[in-house]
Amino acid sequence: MHTAAGVEACLPIRSDMDLVWVRQHVRQAAARLGFGLVEQTKLITAASELARNTLVHGGGGQMEATHLSSGGAQGLRLAFTDKGPGIADLDRALTDGYTSGGGLGMGLSGARRLVHDFDIDSTPGHGTTVRVTCWVGRPPRPREEA
Amino acid sequence: MSDARSRPVTGHVPVLRLGDVLLVTLQGDLHDSTAQQLQQDLAETISRTGVRGVLIDISGVEIVDSFLGRVLAEIAAQAKLLAARTVVAGMRPAVAITLVELGLTLPGLSTALSTEAGMELLSQQAPVPRPGGPRQESA
Repeated sequence: MHTAAGVEACLPIRSDMDLVWVRQHVRQAAARLGFGLVEQTKLITAASELARNTLVHGGGGQMEATHLSSGGAQGLRLAFTDKGPGIADLDRALTDGYTSGGGLGMGLSGARRLVHDFDIDSTPGHGTTVRVTCWVGRPPRPREEA
Repeated sequence: MSDARSRPVTGHVPVLRLGDVLLVTLQGDLHDSTAQQLQQDLAETISRTGVRGVLIDISGVEIVDSFLGRVLAEIAAQAKLLAARTVVAGMRPAVAITLVELGLTLPGLSTALSTEAGMELLSQQAPVPRPGGPRQESA
């Protein structure tokens, strides 16, 4: 029996300390919903990448965790929102190795590979929202290598 | 929930010296600034002590994201410039799977499955060849 208790939350992302809380929340929520160890690890890692983007590129924001249930399947959706400068060129931002912030350029493109659904909404000058969803027990998303 | 996972690690990570090797054990959820502090502490300690190896045990680390991955790669790169080899030991299987999927294969890192195997690897290795040829130890 899985309930939304302790799964749904809205956490601020304002400092690198908050990144730790985001990871801990996602870890606990994923464990509570019954995600396996590898799925948990992927989800926490994706959350860490996206929360760091929110902090570093978006100037801070928040993460909202939502419990999804569909046909008996349990899912977790994480939405990362900032009111930063937005992303002018989404295609480029999603390319492996592209970086604007001195990282390895794997954050956004890498996080996308770690989850089942990935959705990004960005308006230059107004901010960015990235939503990712993972379902318990579903096989990893198919590769879309060129 | 173990203690290690609920307690964020801030400040300095202890760096132990075992003969010719510096031993670092990472555990729990590492604060970004703690990882960066460790990077700096290690460079200074290698330079001060002249050790030839650095062993980083990450068996207690539940996730390595691109930030921590980059810090580990940079620690290895700077240690090499300071004539020391770095071995990362004890990576969890789920972490390895996730890192590869993330696109971070960290080719510059030497790894071992356990601290013991890492120590053995470091003791077997010849001193790091320096880019400018062998270092003159005597004046």
